Amino acid sequence: MPQPARPAVEAAGLTKAYGRTTVLDGVGLSVAPGTVFALLGPNGAGKTTTVRILATLLRADAGGARVAGFDVAAERSRVRRAISLTGQYAALDEQQTGAENLRMVARLSGLSRPAARRRAAELLERFALAGDAADRRVGTYSGGMRRRLDLAAGLVGDPSVIFLDEPTTGLDPRSRQAVWDEVRRLADAGVTVFLTTQYLEEADRLADRIALLDGGKLVAEGTAAELKQQVSAERLDLTLVSPEAYEEVAHALGHLTVRRDPATRTLGVTTDGRAAHIRDLLDAVDPDRTLIERFALHSATLDDVFLKVTRDG
Amino acid sequence: MADALTHAATMVGRSVRLSSRNPDAVITALALPVLLMLVFVYLFGGAIDTGGGYGRYVDYVAPGVLVLCAGFGAGTTAMSVADDMKGAVIDRFRSLDVGGTAVLAGHVAASVVRNLAATVLVFGVAFAVGFRPEAGVGGWLASAGLLLAVITAISWVAAAFGLLADSPEAAGGFTFFLAFLPYPSSAFVPVDSMPGWLHGFAEHQPLTPVIESLRGLLLGRPVGGSPWEALAWCAGLTAVSVAAAAALFRRRTS
Ligand SMILES: Nc1ncnc2c1ncn2[C@@H]1O[C@H](COP(=O)(O)OP(=O)(O)OP(=O)(O)O)[C@@H](O)[C@H]1O
Ligand SMILES: [Mg+2]
Repeated sequence: MPQPARPAVEAAGLTKAYGRTTVLDGVGLSVAPGTVFALLGPNGAGKTTTVRILATLLRADAGGARVAGFDVAAERSRVRRAISLTGQYAALDEQQTGAENLRMVARLSGLSRPAARRRAAELLERFALAGDAADRRVGTYSGGMRRRLDLAAGLVGDPSVIFLDEPTTGLDPRSRQAVWDEVRRLADAGVTVFLTTQYLEEADRLADRIALLDGGKLVAEGTAAELKQQVSAERLDLTLVSPEAYEEVAHALGHLTVRRDPATRTLGVTTDGRAAHIRDLLDAVDPDRTLIERFALHSATLDDVFLKVTRDG
Repeated sequence: MADALTHAATMVGRSVRLSSRNPDAVITALALPVLLMLVFVYLFGGAIDTGGGYGRYVDYVAPGVLVLCAGFGAGTTAMSVADDMKGAVIDRFRSLDVGGTAVLAGHVAASVVRNLAATVLVFGVAFAVGFRPEAGVGGWLASAGLLLAVITAISWVAAAFGLLADSPEAAGGFTFFLAFLPYPSSAFVPVDSMPGWLHGFAEHQPLTPVIESLRGLLLGRPVGGSPWEALAWCAGLTAVSVAAAAALFRRRTS
């Protein structure tokens, strides 16, 4: 029987404060090897801080973490040799060409000069940067090209755990798709991918497990399906007859509302989808049957989960 | 160890390449020395009487211009260090386990290369406008060694300032005084011609023994103990700056 593999990333009680501001407040998580883990959260949630601690670039005030089996505080160098980090902002020299940037990273990863040359060429090819682009300065690259080169730089040393901090923020749909394909390819090759994102869709599509981070705390964790179940499986959207009716029903539903769209006068509430529940709910908010124009039932999305847990928490 | 050497060598290559593509660095290293030399010799030279039997002002001023160029070059060095520290690129280097020493050694080495280019140009222009040193082989070697020591010291001081500043602009400001320091010394006019209150500083600041030694060595005059004094200053400044830079790097990255 195979032994249960040790987690590729494991953290407990990670806490970080800047002055009086607590940025991380007891974050604990565990990522199985060869899986994709998404840390999902809005601006300022503490995603970058978490990643920097796990990648040994920042020390936690309290708590600890092991990455690839090594302690991030006591065994920095060993952790660094096992991981790569592609940060939120491109870490490239604008005045070097794409090829020069990659060769430099390859040399710093311990490859010999000829091996570095080969590895750079290989990665440029793989990330559609070969040819003319390879020998142009990064300063002339588009946002998508920079991101691809930055990702490529993260793969130079064949890391077993890869951290990607908001890998697709600011990318157009095509470049985003290219990054997604690459993440899947890495996961298929057995690499552990730890990514952060503000996009629920991205987490839903890529990640085996997702953790929701808000205000420095993990507010939910699980597979996309599990998280959706937490809020109940369905969402009932009610379209109201008038702005007044919208206000009235919004007030009556209070914190049950998971979606508000005043422009279309639509309110979303979670439900388990049973007819009895829906009938009761409609009767309760609109006893005279004059306020609700129409309703529609949807499967809940991670957006709904996110709004619910952050509001309740 | 092999790792550390590869890291340092790679970072040196990077910094030299980035310098050669940074118009600011290139102008400071190549155009400024020529201009400064011409300004001092032709614009100021006619009005300055250095006394003491220096036939031409160029013979007197050449060492001063060399040191002045190193002072200007410090701005480039401090700014490129500060630029690295504020960018995401330092995170990448750290996640590749590249130490602060390697990163800074890269900047300092590039700075030395730029300053050596400036030095060669200053000598070239000086010869063209009539500089006639009388140093023998020993004098030239000693001058070259001393110049290298000064340039290295100033480069490390600049690197430490680059780490102290929280933006490249601030780093440029911090090093302003390095470009100013040669003026209150014997670089351009004899200290005797300065107001009395300045004599103490001008005679005892680190650049005075450096400039006096270079001038003496190049012109084949007796220099007494001043080369040793100059070397002691350079060694001291380098040691302090290397230690300060290492501590600042650690503080900036923890
Ligand atoms: N060096 C610092 N000094 C003070 N506050 C900081 C520092 N670094 C981060 N913070 C604060 O910590 C909080 C979390 O920052 P962090 O960068 O981890 O968030 P994030 O989830 O990555 O946000 P974003 O989506 O905008 O990248 C923010 O409120 C930020 O202002
Ligand atoms: Mg961030």
